[in-house]
Amino acid sequence: MKKQFPLAIVFIAGMIFIVQFFSPAFTPIQERFTHWYIVVAVFAFVLGLANLTRLNLQKIHRQQEGWIYSIPLLIGLVGMALCSFIFGIEEGPFVWLFNNMMLPMSATMFSLLAFFVASASYRAFRARHKEAVMLLVAAVIVMLGQVPIGSAGFMGHLRLSDITQWIMAYPNMAGQRAIMIGAALGVVAISLRILLGIERAYLGED
Amino acid sequence: MPKRKGGIPTLTSKAPTAGLLSVMVALFVFSLVPTVTWGRPSPGPPTNLQGEDFPLDDGGSIQLTWALSPDDREGGLVEKYILLRSTKEEGPYTELPYSIPLGSDSYVDSGEVDENGVTIVEEPRNSIKYYYKIIALGKGGVRSEECLIDGPAVATRQWFNPGRVNMLVASIVLSLFILFFIWQASLGKELYIRPLAGLEAVQEAIGRATEMGKPVLFIPGIMDMDDIQTIAGVTILGRVARMVAEYDADILVPCSRSLVMTIASEVVREAYLDAGRPDAFKPDNIRYLTDDQFGYVAGVDGIMLRERPAANFYLGTFYAESLILAETGSSVGAIQIAGTAMPSQLPFFVAACDYTLIGEELFAASAYLSKEPKQLGSLVGQDWGKLIFLLFIIIGSIIAIFNQLNPDLISIKSWFEIQ
Repeated sequence: MKKQFPLAIVFIAGMIFIVQFFSPAFTPIQERFTHWYIVVAVFAFVLGLANLTRLNLQKIHRQQEGWIYSIPLLIGLVGMALCSFIFGIEEGPFVWLFNNMMLPMSATMFSLLAFFVASASYRAFRARHKEAVMLLVAAVIVMLGQVPIGSAGFMGHLRLSDITQWIMAYPNMAGQRAIMIGAALGVVAISLRILLGIERAYLGED
Repeated sequence: MPKRKGGIPTLTSKAPTAGLLSVMVALFVFSLVPTVTWGRPSPGPPTNLQGEDFPLDDGGSIQLTWALSPDDREGGLVEKYILLRSTKEEGPYTELPYSIPLGSDSYVDSGEVDENGVTIVEEPRNSIKYYYKIIALGKGGVRSEECLIDGPAVATRQWFNPGRVNMLVASIVLSLFILFFIWQASLGKELYIRPLAGLEAVQEAIGRATEMGKPVLFIPGIMDMDDIQTIAGVTILGRVARMVAEYDADILVPCSRSLVMTIASEVVREAYLDAGRPDAFKPDNIRYLTDDQFGYVAGVDGIMLRERPAANFYLGTFYAESLILAETGSSVGAIQIAGTAMPSQLPFFVAACDYTLIGEELFAASAYLSKEPKQLGSLVGQDWGKLIFLLFIIIGSIIAIFNQLNPDLISIKSWFEIQ
């Protein structure tokens, strides 16, 4: 019963979503299920918050490695929550903290991407074998095709920006579509396995 | 009631001046009206108001169309249109507070609720006849003549969306293939599954982590449980956690969604239980970090640099954080296995990870790792489905080439369109 009950819930909920796609009459039921999901997610958020708070308090209490970082984390967590409860989220200290602390910190993390792209490209573009050479050549053409020099014609009328456009519109697009079609088929297969109870790994069963 | 002596008469007094005052107030109010509307011509009315059920929904909506007022133009007399609704042709009609700007020749009446969920306009009930009128509203509130609908409109519920027949057929065909091969597998038929290097390496990665005495890091993407890639990631987590439990290693699962954390925690707990090692399960290792994308990246990078995991798994939906995570993992020397169906993130994983599961391989991973015949059967069925799609693509390409020569020859474009 412990295993069958969740399987029954999965089957019924999954079938309603599938049937709703083909039958508009089931839309209200599907919307009801979606609302239930939101309610469950809100309760889970409380669990997540409790987990985060407990682990960091524990870390401070035991003075584990890096415990000092848990202090600003908890201050930020409680401080932002209090600011939003007291002053609202449209204006006031919450917005100030968000604009002047959250956003710059997020932007800092995002900007790391530029450096990581350089190091990853270095590894990926090393011409170790035939495929890597093709990747390297395509990457150089596409990169040059994006900058002004790529628009300058050479060897008559051939322009790198045109070759870039061709690479992006045909080989690149074909590859992306192949991945999308394969993924869509994979989604159907995994959905069937889960709905029919063949795939039970999420219940801890083989 | 005592009468006041002298002074200004009040409205409660019955003196003749009270009547005079009332008349003056009425005249004043009435005098306001001409300043608004008098002297302004009324716009010409919209015409030919038609109504019908809004197609392909569960009812509760009526599609209205009309011919624009002759004064509906830039700088013209019309400011907007007003709809009135009644269940009887003779009325009474209720004015609907929709804002229909000039230039609009159609509107879907499906009710309206405000941001707090309070109903402002009740949606049309199914199977009830509704009559509508439309008025063009001019500057200063001048109204045109009314235009009555040409017969009643009725909202109805549709049980089937005919625009999705093609999807239904494709889904049934694919499902039949998958079910057929699952059935074949359950009968004990040998099925060949092509080896996937990324999945063959899972055991090796966990073994390496065990030998080095370092943990395994598993990241089930950054989206919530309503994303199929997250579900796929969590099912793989069940297999990986079981292997980790059998090898007596540690697994860390930092989550960016609390619901994923809750489910991942249960999945890992059950995996340890199934492996016969419930005592080795550490609930603190499955933790929630934050919903914020780059806050999560900072948290996971911190975990990588502090814990120095020997094996990293990135299986789920990823966006811009994919390369930051994979490069940090690479810098700590972890063996890395990634899998996603996000085409834009795959190149980053391919560049920074040792193995990458591309698209469908992510969804096949759990079945592949289980080695269970029924699950493997579904993979064979999926491959057959792929073959059918491939044939369609080839046939479609040939027809498209012929269509270039003669566009009226065969048109199959509509077969593949869904509504």
